[in-house]
Amino acid sequence: MDKSGVNNLAGKLVMLSLTMFGFGYALVPLYNVFCDLTGLNGKTGVVSSEVAEKMEVDMTRVVTVAFDTNIREIPWEFEALEKKVSVRPGEMGEATFVVTNKSDRKVIGRAIPSVAPTQASVFFSKTECFCFDEQLMEPGERREMKVRFVVDVDLPQRYSALTLSYTFFAIPNQGKVAVEDKELFRSRI
Amino acid sequence: MSEAVSHEEHHDDHDHKPSGIGRWLFSTNHKDIGTMYLIFSLIMFFIGGAMAMVIRLELFQPGLQYVDPQFFNSMTTVHALVMIFGAVMPAGVGLANWMIPIMIGAPDMALPRMNNMSFWILPFAFTLLLSTFFMEGGAPAGGWTMYPPLVGQLGDGFPFLIFAVHFLGISSIMGAINIIATVFNMRAPGMTFMKLPLFVWTWIITAFLLIASLPVLAGAVTMLLTDKFFGTSFFIAAGGGDPVMFQHIFWFFGHPEVYILILPAFGIVSQILPTFARKPLFGYESMVYATASIAFLSFFVWAHHMFTVGMPLTGELFFMYATMSIAVPTGVKIFNWVATMWRGSMTFETPMLFSIAFVVLFSIGGFTGLMMAITPVDFQYHDTYFIVAHFHYVLVTGAVFALFAAVYFWIPKWTGNMYDESLGKLHFWLSTISVNVLFFPQHFLGLAGMPRRIPDYSIQFAEWNQISSIGGFVFGVSQLILVWVVIKCVRGGEKATDQVWEGAEGLEWTLPSPPPFHSFTVPPQISDASAH
Repeated sequence: MDKSGVNNLAGKLVMLSLTMFGFGYALVPLYNVFCDLTGLNGKTGVVSSEVAEKMEVDMTRVVTVAFDTNIREIPWEFEALEKKVSVRPGEMGEATFVVTNKSDRKVIGRAIPSVAPTQASVFFSKTECFCFDEQLMEPGERREMKVRFVVDVDLPQRYSALTLSYTFFAIPNQGKVAVEDKELFRSRI
Repeated sequence: MSEAVSHEEHHDDHDHKPSGIGRWLFSTNHKDIGTMYLIFSLIMFFIGGAMAMVIRLELFQPGLQYVDPQFFNSMTTVHALVMIFGAVMPAGVGLANWMIPIMIGAPDMALPRMNNMSFWILPFAFTLLLSTFFMEGGAPAGGWTMYPPLVGQLGDGFPFLIFAVHFLGISSIMGAINIIATVFNMRAPGMTFMKLPLFVWTWIITAFLLIASLPVLAGAVTMLLTDKFFGTSFFIAAGGGDPVMFQHIFWFFGHPEVYILILPAFGIVSQILPTFARKPLFGYESMVYATASIAFLSFFVWAHHMFTVGMPLTGELFFMYATMSIAVPTGVKIFNWVATMWRGSMTFETPMLFSIAFVVLFSIGGFTGLMMAITPVDFQYHDTYFIVAHFHYVLVTGAVFALFAAVYFWIPKWTGNMYDESLGKLHFWLSTISVNVLFFPQHFLGLAGMPRRIPDYSIQFAEWNQISSIGGFVFGVSQLILVWVVIKCVRGGEKATDQVWEGAEGLEWTLPSPPPFHSFTVPPQISDASAH
C-alpha cells in the first residue's frame, strides 16, 4: 500500500468536506441573490428616486396597492394612514404609516417588508423606506413614517392589485426589553 | 491459488489479538470495528424501536392515553434521529468496515486509527442526544428536520441536539473518507474498478454523498446555534433572515441523505440475489452507472420536500421533473435484479427471502414516492400519514430489510457458524407480514387526511390506526428473534464452510470462516477471468 497516496487522497477529501461546509454558508447569499433576482419570497427591488422620476408612465391602467401592517412581540400600534392607493405604473406613489409605542419604556423595533403576490414583487420598487432600519421609540412616542414606491411599467397585465406588507419585530437581545418580551413570548406558548 | 500461500505466510499472527477491553477501546482492526458498529446499531435499533412502540401505543386509540403531546413529539423526533443516524447509517458503515477490505483483498482499512475514532464518537454523540430527555424543556420535539423557529423553542437540550448532530456528521465523514481511501489505494493487484463487487461500488458512491452533503447539514445546524446564542439572523425574520431558507439548506443535505441510507442496501441486495439465483448479476455496468446517476441527481431534487412552502410554478415544475427522472436509474436497478433472478436456480434461504421482499416492497415505496413527486397532488399528501407510509416502506422494508439480509448472508462468515435457518425464516415471515400490517394502512390514513406528528386524531381514523398499531407491536416483538438468532449463532452451531453458500463468489468467500484476525496481509492475485 502506498501510504503517501492514502494521506494525499484523505487530505483532498477533508478539503472537499470543508469546502462543502463553506458551501452551506454560501447558500445564504446565493439564496438572497436568487430571491432578489426572481422576486421570490416577496423581496422587493430598490431604485433611486432620480431613476424612478424619469420612468415613463403607463397612462392606460391603474394598479391598486394595499397596505398591510403587523406587529410581532412588540408593544406598539402600527397602522397605515390610507389602507390603499391607486397608482399608474411608472408613477411615484406614497404611503404614510403611523407607529405608536404603547408601553412605558424604550423599545427598539425593525420592520420587515414583503410584497404579494410574490411573482409580482420584482416589479415593485421602493425609493425610500423605513424598513430594515432600527427604530428607537420613546415611551408613548408617536411617529409617522413614509414609504415612496414605484410600480414598474413592465408589470404583467394580469396583476391589477398588489399588497405591501410590513411586520414590526422587537430587536432581539436588547437587554431588559428583550428579556421581558421573551417572557411574554414564553407565557403565550 | 495464491490465497493458500498467503495464509501460510501470516499464519503466526492469527492469535495476536489484544486482550481485554483494550482490544475494543483501542481497536484498529477493521473486523473488530465493524463488529462494534453492528452491535451499536442493533442497540440503537431497539432504542429507536422502543420509541416507535410508544408512538403506536398512543395512536392505538383516539384521544390522549399514555403520554402528553410534548413527549409524543419527542418520541417521533428522536425516533427518527436515532434510526437514521444511530441504526441505519452505522449498520451500513459497520458492514463496509467488515466486508470492503476482505472483498477487495486489502489487509485492513487505509486509516485504521481514524476508523477507531469515527466509531467511538458515536456513543458520545448519542449520549449527548439522549441525555436531553432528562433536561429542562425535554428532548427535541420539533421534528427531526429541526425547522426553525420551532426548533428554537427547545429548552436546555438545544445545544446538545446541535452538537450531537455535529459529532454524528464528523463520524460519518471520517468513515466515508476512510472507505474511499481504502478502495482507491488498497485494492489487490488485478482488482480493477469494474471488477469490484457491487456492494463496494455502492459504498464508494455513498461515501462521496456523505462527504458532499453532511457538511452542509453541519453548516445549517451551526446557523441555528448562532441564531439562538450569538445574535445572528440567518433564519430569524426579525433580523432580515428567512426561516424558509433553512428548509432549502436542510433538504439540500436531506435528499442525498436518503440515498446515503438506501444505496448500501442496493449493494447488499446486488450481492445476495446472484448468489441464491446462481447466476452472475445481470447488467453489472448499468448497475454502477445507475447508482452513480441516482447519487448525482439527488442534489437537484431537494425542493420536492417543500412543495407547499410557496414556490413559483417554474420551480415546482423543475423539481417535479427532476424527481421523476430519478425513477429511470432506479427502474434500471429493479429491472436488473428481476433479470438476475429470471431463470436462475433459486433457493430461498433467509437472506434471499429478505432480498426478494426488499425488491418488491422497496418498489411499493418507490411508487408512492413517484406519486408525491407530482406537485399538484403532493399538496394533499404533504405532512400526512401517506408520507409516513412512503418513507417507512423505503427505509424499513427497504434499507432495514437489506441490512437483515446482510446479517443473515454474512454472519456465517463472521462467526464461522451457520445461523438457525428455521428461526431466520420465522423472523422473515413475521417481519414481512407485520410490517405490511403496520405501514400499508397508513397510506389510507394519509389519503383520508390524518396529519403526521400528532398524538390525537379524529375518530374516523380509529380502525386503521388500531390495525397499524397491532402490526407495529408484532413487528417490534419479531425483532427479538433476530437478537436470538445472532446470539445463538455467535455461541455455536453447524460449522460454516469457507464458501458458506453454494453460489457465493468473491474474495471474502476464499477466506476461512471466521476469517483470521489479519487477512490478506499478502494481497491475493485476481485473474482476468474472475467475475465480480
